[in-house]
Amino acid sequence: MIHPIPAGTRDVLPDEMRELRAIDERLRGTFEVAGYGEIWTPMVEYEEVLRAGDDNAADAAYRMFDDHGQVLALRSDMTIPIARVVATRFAVADEPLRLCYSAHAYRTVGRKTGQQAEFMQTGVELIGVPGEDGEAEVVTLTLSALENAGLARHRIGVGDGSLYRKLLAALDVPDDAHRELLDCLSRRDLVGLERRVDALGLARDARDLLVGLPERRGGPEVLDRPDGPAAEALARLRGLYEALEARGVGDRVILDLGLVRDLGYYTGAVFELYDPAVGFALGGGGRYDDLIGRFGEARPACGIALDVQRVHIAQAAEEEQR
Amino acid sequence: MSASGLTIAVPRGALMGGTLDLLDGLGIDTAGVRSNDRKLLFQDAGIVTMRPSDVPTYVEHGAADIGITGKDVLLEEPGRDVYELLDLGFGRCEMVVAAQSGADPLGEALRRLGRLRIATKYTHIATEHFARTGRQVELVHVKGSVELAPLTGLVDGIVDLTATGKTLAENGLEVVEEIVTCTARLIANPVAHKLKAAEIDAIVERLRANAQ
Repeated sequence: MIHPIPAGTRDVLPDEMRELRAIDERLRGTFEVAGYGEIWTPMVEYEEVLRAGDDNAADAAYRMFDDHGQVLALRSDMTIPIARVVATRFAVADEPLRLCYSAHAYRTVGRKTGQQAEFMQTGVELIGVPGEDGEAEVVTLTLSALENAGLARHRIGVGDGSLYRKLLAALDVPDDAHRELLDCLSRRDLVGLERRVDALGLARDARDLLVGLPERRGGPEVLDRPDGPAAEALARLRGLYEALEARGVGDRVILDLGLVRDLGYYTGAVFELYDPAVGFALGGGGRYDDLIGRFGEARPACGIALDVQRVHIAQAAEEEQR
Repeated sequence: MSASGLTIAVPRGALMGGTLDLLDGLGIDTAGVRSNDRKLLFQDAGIVTMRPSDVPTYVEHGAADIGITGKDVLLEEPGRDVYELLDLGFGRCEMVVAAQSGADPLGEALRRLGRLRIATKYTHIATEHFARTGRQVELVHVKGSVELAPLTGLVDGIVDLTATGKTLAENGLEVVEEIVTCTARLIANPVAHKLKAAEIDAIVERLRANAQ
């Protein structure tokens, strides 16, 4: 007799569990030592709370009703619940808040893609530190947490989630074309993007910028070109890069002008973590200065979440290399 | 590690010749692949060969850094998280709706029975096409020769890929609608696209230069 478990979920047996716990403890240990206190929130939230944070309820996969007919959803990330906590429980605090977590989250995944609908996330949120100071702190901390977990070859992609949107507005691209172009970018369809930009009949410079910018990734040289409408965002990225270099992690940074994150709450810098042993990103995050304001008084904030199972795959590969 | 520094997923079948010619143009040695029909993995050249529809799977998971496959495969599985970097131009074919020549079996089925029965291997593309054009459809998923389905009365028409229309004509079918033109595409794993940016960009630039 077969007793199946839901698609995208799994059982973890003792050998693997021991290793997962060890990695989680190293990650969380690094965060705790840096002054980030661990926080726990309910696994179920009212769906409208998730929707207040992101139009797609951050891709929540499982919904149910409570005894009053209210729609509940299993949390799809920890950032929205933490934004809710900060706005309600820490409403009077004005000092920076440093929070970390280690918890399961649930998201929609395609069937048979081998991706997990239930996944364990360990991450940090830094509230009340605006600009590159906050971003440099969480990036540096995450990189050293991964190092403590046994990784050696990990890198972080750093971009600006609002860059392309601003570019479209600055280059007078008609409003009705924005959505299609942004969709192409988030689907990583660069062929479709080029075709649609060409169809707009823009001036050569504008066309080249819209087509070429998403392909620019690498060291600080990607910021060198004087790109009129993008100049302000590029200057901000340069500031962040310099702050990261000053903290000694410049060689782990990949500046990526095409980096976009699917979640709608990011307002500026966005991050994605990579390791050569894993075909998927290990995690990601960014700055979300408007999110807490949707639940109460606005406060600048940024954070990063890591997928512990993927970090485990990278760590196991690293062990094999030695 | 191969000369290109990358693992390349090469499709077997109709796109294989064009793909290997393209790799030759990049200075990648494909002689071994051409001379051995059964071997699948060619470590020195950095080439792995597979069905075109498996290419996005290997690339998405990072088992191959880049790959070549048809746009039809990418349209059929839009959820795959891969970069689509270049339209390579070769392997051109048309995704079409076809039905038996002469009478109008599709129009007749829609008018009298309120829906079309369509056989296809491309259920996602077919669903989207008929939804977009406002027609109800009953899809029959077949795996082998789709052309047989309307001849036996299983369905009213088919959605399939055709290059010359020869197979359709030989089975008494004709194209009634063109859905989309499909060509070979270069795709890349999102992590490789960042970590091996220089290697991937070198290939993209040379392919772009060759195309012009």
